[in-house]
Amino acid sequence: MNTKLRNIKTLSLLIAATMMQTAWADIPRTADGKPDLNGSYNVATLTPTQRPKLFGEKEYLTKEEADKMAADEAALIAEGDEELDPDRAAPPKGGDGNFELGAGGVGGYNTFWIDRGDGAASVDGKFRTSIVTEPSNGRFPEFTGAAKMRLAKRYANYGKVAAANDRAWWLEEGEDVEGPYDDPEVRTTSDRCLQGFGSTGGPPMLPTLYNNVKRIVQTPDHILILIEMVHDSRIVRMNSEHISPDIRKWMGDSIGHWEGDTLVIDTTNFNDTPGLYNATRDLHVVERFTRTEDALHYSFTVEDPNTWTEPWSGNYNWPRSEETVYEYACHEANYAMGNILRGARILEAEYREKAAADKE
Amino acid sequence: MRIFAQLMVIVLATSACAPMTATTSSNDASSDATYVAPRGPGGVHPDLNGIWQALGEAHYDLERHMAKASLQVREGPHGPIPAKRALAFGAVGSVPPGMGVVEGGKIPYTPEALILRDENQANWLDRDPEVKCYLPGVPRATYMPYPFQIFQGDNDLFMSYQYANAARNIYTNDPGEAPIDTWMGQSVASWDGDTLVLDVTGLHPGSWLDRAGNHHSDKLHVIERYTPMGPNHLLYEAIIEDPEVYTEPWKISLPLYRRMEQDFQILDFKCVEFVEELLYGKWRRNPLD
Repeated sequence: MNTKLRNIKTLSLLIAATMMQTAWADIPRTADGKPDLNGSYNVATLTPTQRPKLFGEKEYLTKEEADKMAADEAALIAEGDEELDPDRAAPPKGGDGNFELGAGGVGGYNTFWIDRGDGAASVDGKFRTSIVTEPSNGRFPEFTGAAKMRLAKRYANYGKVAAANDRAWWLEEGEDVEGPYDDPEVRTTSDRCLQGFGSTGGPPMLPTLYNNVKRIVQTPDHILILIEMVHDSRIVRMNSEHISPDIRKWMGDSIGHWEGDTLVIDTTNFNDTPGLYNATRDLHVVERFTRTEDALHYSFTVEDPNTWTEPWSGNYNWPRSEETVYEYACHEANYAMGNILRGARILEAEYREKAAADKE
Repeated sequence: MRIFAQLMVIVLATSACAPMTATTSSNDASSDATYVAPRGPGGVHPDLNGIWQALGEAHYDLERHMAKASLQVREGPHGPIPAKRALAFGAVGSVPPGMGVVEGGKIPYTPEALILRDENQANWLDRDPEVKCYLPGVPRATYMPYPFQIFQGDNDLFMSYQYANAARNIYTNDPGEAPIDTWMGQSVASWDGDTLVLDVTGLHPGSWLDRAGNHHSDKLHVIERYTPMGPNHLLYEAIIEDPEVYTEPWKISLPLYRRMEQDFQILDFKCVEFVEELLYGKWRRNPLD
């Protein structure tokens, strides 16, 4: 055997040994040697954030259950794609009361708008029943007393909003009682185009009804995560310290570092309305990103002593995607906000008119 | 289009040997042809990473202009005075003078487009999309009085603007024609030596170019050039073409400066919540004064 050939053989063996040492020997890397996270990811999944109670402690779906979940969604979309009867009547005034897809069946959302993926979240080839993994029932821990009171206040009128949007029912309590449409500030931050819904920008960043594509741009000093909804940019400063606590941010103040090949992001300094459901300014989130061959494995731990009685965690995969993030210019065309308020003012005028007539 | 192509040839030819001849004294100071910027991630192109900001009056009016009482004025008994709604701002609402950043001094409007520009000025408070916190568009985003950050990876580029948390997704591979007009447009990057060139199309006609009512149509095509001139400043040039609004392509150039403060970072400026009273206040259940 000549020397050259032997050298090549030795080299091959060395490469093979390196590959065996870690599963990710051929993980793509940036010029500075870090795992290359640059690219687009579509995080849509049919797996819910919290595990449906019927699954109990069961972390994974059977193959059959996962197939059924995908088939049900495909059927729903196919139904939505069916041609409409051109002679159909107008929807009933005030909607048909079906709030399954929002808007009360008045021709708002249908499946055309919805893009929550085509299957359950798969991790290590197994289909998950929930994104939350800790506590082991896959559900948020118990709310604190204060958090329960916040929720009760927020949703006090929820049933009425859904059931009776044909009259200004909030005036039944009296003219000086707060109503759900009094001011733009009492609407949700997503109605106001200030924030995406469903914690899409988070953190933690969770899958939601649509606009689930994210883009990561990685430099040695920063990680940029572009969230499609409300064109939010999460700017993560690497190897930095948190900003002064008197500066609060919509998506919190995020600093990052590498632990081996895992990107770790620590976020604090939230404002009073973090994207995460019912959380407060004391929310603290730690996220971990690990590159796999065709995805990012995303895991997170959440704590907020004002909201949950214990910390909780979750994880799911972000499949790499060829899709690009589009511009979500929400505020520029937010006709809905003006119409919500104007509609309420019209209902109020009708209510007062009727009340005056009834009095006579 | 042909004129535009010729202008491009001149620009490219000029920049190949030396940076563009600048139009203002501040730009003269930034023209150092000998400067070689450190390489960025990937080692090939200059490092444009950082937080940058324009310094000057371009955001008031791209054209050369004298100081005036307000962006929106009305006739007083002895000359222009601030419009009634702008009055309370006093000197804070007045317009500082500017040398202008338009090569040749004036934007080459068609006669009709010039009339619209003047009408825009007369109705500034109602018409300027900045007043409503709308996305700024390109090139306006670059020289607004807010910082913006360039993210440059090995092969990836992105710009994040503090104003309205505007995001600019930049393609390093041309995806073809923009699928729809957007406020921030579709930007495709290439490198001309050490100059980053962004070709921007698909721009929504709703954006303006400054607070002086300078405008464009959906035919707007902007070619931007970002050239390092020193460790802490870039030369920004933009060639602006829109056959429906201008008689020929025209060009602006101005320096961009690095924000030097220690630990400086882009903070939230989601101005949407600051304009809710302006846009929706009249529809509150109990309108305020």
